[in-house]
Amino acid sequence: MTTTHEHTPHHLGERSAMLKVTGLQKIYNGGATAVEAVRDLTFELAEGELVCLVGPSGCGKTTLLKCIAGLMAPTDGTVELAGQPVLSPPPGMAVVFQEYGRSLFAWMSVSDNVELPLKEKKLPKARRAELVAESLAAVGLTEFADAYPWQLSGGMQQRVAIARAVAYEPQVLLMDEPFAAVDAQTRADLEDLVRELWKRLGVTVLFVTHDIDEAVYLGERVLVLSNSPTVVQDDITVDLPAERDQLTTRQDERFTQLRAHVYAQIQQAKKGTTAPAA
Amino acid sequence: MSTATTTAPTPGGTRRPGARARTAPNRPLLGLLGIAAFLLLWEATPRLGVVPERYFPPVSEVLLTLAQRALTAPFWEAVGHTLYGWALGLAIAFVAAVLLGFALGAAPRVRAFTTSTVDFLRPIPSVALIPLAVLMYGTDIRSTLLLVIYACFWLIYIQVLYGVADVDPVAEQTARSYGLGRLARIRYVVWPTTLPYLMTGLRLAAAVGLILSITAQLIIGSPGIGQQITTAQQGNAIALVYAWIIATGILGVVINIGVRALERRVLRWHTSVRGEADT
Repeated sequence: MTTTHEHTPHHLGERSAMLKVTGLQKIYNGGATAVEAVRDLTFELAEGELVCLVGPSGCGKTTLLKCIAGLMAPTDGTVELAGQPVLSPPPGMAVVFQEYGRSLFAWMSVSDNVELPLKEKKLPKARRAELVAESLAAVGLTEFADAYPWQLSGGMQQRVAIARAVAYEPQVLLMDEPFAAVDAQTRADLEDLVRELWKRLGVTVLFVTHDIDEAVYLGERVLVLSNSPTVVQDDITVDLPAERDQLTTRQDERFTQLRAHVYAQIQQAKKGTTAPAA
Repeated sequence: MSTATTTAPTPGGTRRPGARARTAPNRPLLGLLGIAAFLLLWEATPRLGVVPERYFPPVSEVLLTLAQRALTAPFWEAVGHTLYGWALGLAIAFVAAVLLGFALGAAPRVRAFTTSTVDFLRPIPSVALIPLAVLMYGTDIRSTLLLVIYACFWLIYIQVLYGVADVDPVAEQTARSYGLGRLARIRYVVWPTTLPYLMTGLRLAAAVGLILSITAQLIIGSPGIGQQITTAQQGNAIALVYAWIIATGILGVVINIGVRALERRVLRWHTSVRGEADT
């Protein structure tokens, strides 16, 4: 581990950088008007870390995520996954999109949806069946393997999408506001599911959300993005106990403090004043 | 501020399998009654002398003629010829339209280049090509094929172009993020997205193809039902003319039922078939 941590002083200690974003900039060229969605983003995720990314709406979270996932080329800057530059979607990365209904293939059963990426990975059939069964069990959908996604509720559909990502055995799991379209109770369940899977699999997770509570509840660290053109405004270590609970954690005094802090940062980000990091 | 409550209600949710049951019960019965009333009217009008029986024989006579003919080999031969021209033409048009549609769907520039030409060629009625077909192929089956293919091709091709352009960007990005290459994306994403469009095109083309298959035989005189109708008319066998017309109607209904069944099977996952209004 020889990386310098000028932007991420927290946590990186002995863990090596799994995901490294350096000087990322994205300008959309729309004829005469060029829109700078992301200005200069630099941050790192250590191996096995769960980091939440929050920011005011329209701050380029989705743009950033697409650049990281290799779905879109940045105008400037680099993304590295385990030391390798990301130029196209890398095999070590899985994305869970917000729009589960459109991200899952309606023409395939639940298990076929989960299995398809594994087929493209050329895994042998027995191994594929194993991974599909394991990941569906992990999200509690074993008995729905033969159902079609549209026969399931929204929360269950997003579980399928998570199972598909988990079965892919990624080093980094990107989640783009995955629970923005499900109801509050389902959302709490899914948050706990993400924590549980993260702990069990040791996967590195970058969780993008607009929900401050969610970011603090889930993350080991919260990155606050500024208003567009976007930079990292703040990097907050969430020093809550690793064992989190929807009821007690959210009532924790420290949780309230952190939430207030992130909230204040976002308010500042909205106004466009870049406050010094706390 | 309470960000935890800014969630939208879950779309989709529970299915309502009985949603269509409300109007169902009386439909088949009413349908049968309607046919019975129609047949009765047909039987009555010539018998009551409303129209001359010479040009409009009662339905019983027509159906009897049809039944008698249906027991002979030449009848089925003619049906076979018509179906052969229809099926072969439709198949060729289908394959060509799908291949070309997918190729051009992937090349927007070529597509833009050809759009004006397509928009010009498409509205040309196939029957306008009859003299050309006769000139080139005479009464050969290739004449029929030319007309059927020309008409069916555009119907399917346009639908394929719409379908290929309708791929959901989220589905596309999902496929790409999971490492699906170009061919895999065509197979697992573009093709299923296009299928509903393709089935619509096929359903339209199947009906139009039958019309042209019979038209070609009727006018050009290549063997088949169309030619039989002309022959019957020239021999003044009016009941037989009607019998053949009914046969074409039955053929059309059977083809339509067949294509619909295929559509339901192929698109059982699609909103249009699963009978549910979510997205």
